[in-house]
Amino acid sequence: MDDTLKIADREFSSRLLCGSGKFASAGVMEAALAASGSEIVTLALRRVRLDEPDTQLLDPLRAMGVQLLPNTSGARNAREAIYAAELAREALGTPWLKLEIHPDARYLMPDPIETCAAAEVLCKAGFIVLPYCGADPVLCKRLEEAGCAAVMPLGAAIGSNQGLTTRAMLEIIIEQARVPVIVDAGIGAPSHAAAALEMGADAVLVNTAIAVAAEPVAMARAFELAVRAGRMAHRSGLGAVDTRARASSPLAAFLETLA
Amino acid sequence: MSFYQEWERAAQLDPLPGILALGPDDVERALSRLAGSGRRELADFAALISPAAEDYLLPMSELSQKLTRQRFGNTISMYLPLYLANHCANDCSYCGFSAKNKIKRKVLSANEVDLECRHIAAMGFKSLLLVTGEHERMSGMAYFREVLPVIKPYVSYLMMEVQPLSADDYRELVGLGLDGVMVYQETYDRTLYERHHLHGRKKDFRWRLETPDRLGEAGVDKIGLGALLGLGDWRTDSLMVARHLRYLRSRYWKSRYSLSFPRLRPCAGDFQPQSPVTDRQLLQLICAYRLFDPEVELSISTREGPAFRDFLMKVGITTMSAGSSTQPGGYASGGRELEQFAISDERSAEQVAAVIRRQGMEVVWQDASAQHWPQSSAPG
Repeated sequence: MDDTLKIADREFSSRLLCGSGKFASAGVMEAALAASGSEIVTLALRRVRLDEPDTQLLDPLRAMGVQLLPNTSGARNAREAIYAAELAREALGTPWLKLEIHPDARYLMPDPIETCAAAEVLCKAGFIVLPYCGADPVLCKRLEEAGCAAVMPLGAAIGSNQGLTTRAMLEIIIEQARVPVIVDAGIGAPSHAAAALEMGADAVLVNTAIAVAAEPVAMARAFELAVRAGRMAHRSGLGAVDTRARASSPLAAFLETLA
Repeated sequence: MSFYQEWERAAQLDPLPGILALGPDDVERALSRLAGSGRRELADFAALISPAAEDYLLPMSELSQKLTRQRFGNTISMYLPLYLANHCANDCSYCGFSAKNKIKRKVLSANEVDLECRHIAAMGFKSLLLVTGEHERMSGMAYFREVLPVIKPYVSYLMMEVQPLSADDYRELVGLGLDGVMVYQETYDRTLYERHHLHGRKKDFRWRLETPDRLGEAGVDKIGLGALLGLGDWRTDSLMVARHLRYLRSRYWKSRYSLSFPRLRPCAGDFQPQSPVTDRQLLQLICAYRLFDPEVELSISTREGPAFRDFLMKVGITTMSAGSSTQPGGYASGGRELEQFAISDERSAEQVAAVIRRQGMEVVWQDASAQHWPQSSAPG
C-alpha cells in the first residue's frame, strides 16, 4: 500500500519529523535520528556556525542526507524571521523553512499575526514554508491560503511533553486542511504521537521527548513504531467510540442481510 | 510605575522571621506544588530557601535537574567575560575596583580590544560579557560607541555588565549589537546598600533598582539579575530577586532572564560578609530558583571552585564562564596584576568543556539572538 507523505514536490516514507537540539552530543543525535527513521530534521539557525565548518550540528546532518528544515527560532517578528529565512537559504542552500516566530520568551508561543505576515512574504519569495502556529483552525486556513506547504499546529507548549492538549481544535484543523498537518510541540510520549496519527494528522515533529530521554536512541525507535502504528490505525478505519458496551455479535451482520 | 513601587511595599515587611519559622510540612507542600505544572508562588520559593529545606537537598536537586534538562536539553552554554576597563567612580566597600583603592587603572583602546577579541575567538567563545568599572567619562557611552562595532563581528551574543544607563542609551546600544545586560542590585536592603556604596552614582539605590525596567523598555533580549550573596541576609535578598524576576516577566515578556550568584567569601582583608553563604546553601538557592522558574537561565562564574562547578552544572546551572581573565587586556597579555577578583576555577575553557562532555552534555558556544542574526560567510 503506497502511503507517502507529500510536502511540496517531495515525498517521504517517514511521518516522524525530528529536531536536532538538546542532544547530549552529535554522536547521540546522529544515532537517535537514524533510529527514528526521520527524513526531515529541523535545526535552529541561531545555533549554526556560519563563519566556519559546523561540526556540532550541520556537518553530521548533511552527512545523514536528511532534508534539512532550518528554523527561525529566536525571531520575534516577521522582519527578523524573513531575514533569518534569507540567511538560511543562502547559507544552507535550501528553500525549506520552518517558520517560527515566538516573541514570548517563556512559553515560546507562536505569534499568529507576525507568522501570517511573514508566511505571505516568504511563500511569494519561493520558500517552502512550514509554519509553527497555534492550534487555531482559521489561522491554519489563512496560512494555507498564503501558500504554506504544510501547517504545524501545536499540541501543547514546546518542550512541555503534555501531549495533545489542543485535541478538539486539531480535529477541526485536520478535517479542513488541504495541506499536510504536522502536529508540532508538546508531544512527550510515543502514545501522543500515535494518537495524533490515529486522528488523521499527516505527521508529527518530536524533539525534547527523544533528546532528553534517558535512552534517546531507544526512544527514537519507540516513536518511529508509534507513528507507523498510528498511521496504520488511521488508514484501517477506527471503530466509533460509544459510552455503552456493544457486543460484537455475529448475529447483527446476519440480521442486516434479512429483507 | 516601576519595580520601585513593588519593592517599597514588599520592603515594609521583614520576611526573615517567617522564613526561619517554616517547617518540613511547608517544604513538602511547596515541593509537591512545584513538581506540578500549576502557578508558582513566592511562598513556595520562600519555603525552599528556609533552613527547614536544607534536609530536602536531594529531592530538590533531582527535581531541579529534571526541569533543567527538560527546558534546556543536555547542554551547557559557555560565555567569557571581557574586562575593558577598571576605572571606577564608585566606592563600594567590597570591590577591588573601588575608586579609593590605589591600583593601576587601565582602559583598553580600540586596538587592544581587537587584540583581546582575536585571542577570545581562538579560545572558541562566541558569547561575550563586557565588563567595566562604573566610570562615565573613562568607560561611558562614548567609549561603548567606539568599541562595540569592534567587538560585534567576533561574537554571536554580546552582553554587558557596566554602570546602569538610560533606556535611550540601551536602545542605542541594541542598535550597535547589544543582546544582554547583567545588572546586580547587590542588596535590596536600602539601609545596608547605602552603607556599602559610599560615593559615586552607584549610591543611587533607586536608579539601580529601576535599571531592569529600563532594559525591558529598551527591548534588550536578556536581562540578568542577582544579589551579592553575603552582603545582606541572603534569604531576604534572594526572595526579593525572585519577586523582581516575577515582576519583570509579567511586564517585559519578550525578554529572557538570567540569574547569577556572586558570593562574598570570608577573606583576609578588612571586609567581612555579614552572612556568608555555604556551598550547601548556594546549591539550595540554585535549586529553589529553578523550581520557582523552570525557564530562567542560571549562570555560575569562575568565582566558584572546580569541584563545586562540576556538580552545579548537573543540577540546574545552564550557563558558565571558563578560562576567564578578570583584568583589562588579560587574554592577550596573560597578566594578572589588575584583576577585579582572583578566580577560583583556573581550568581552561577546553578543560571545562571536556568535563561538560564527560558528564553527558554538549557545550553550546553559538547562540545568536534574532535582533542580530549572524552574518553569513557563504557566497552571496
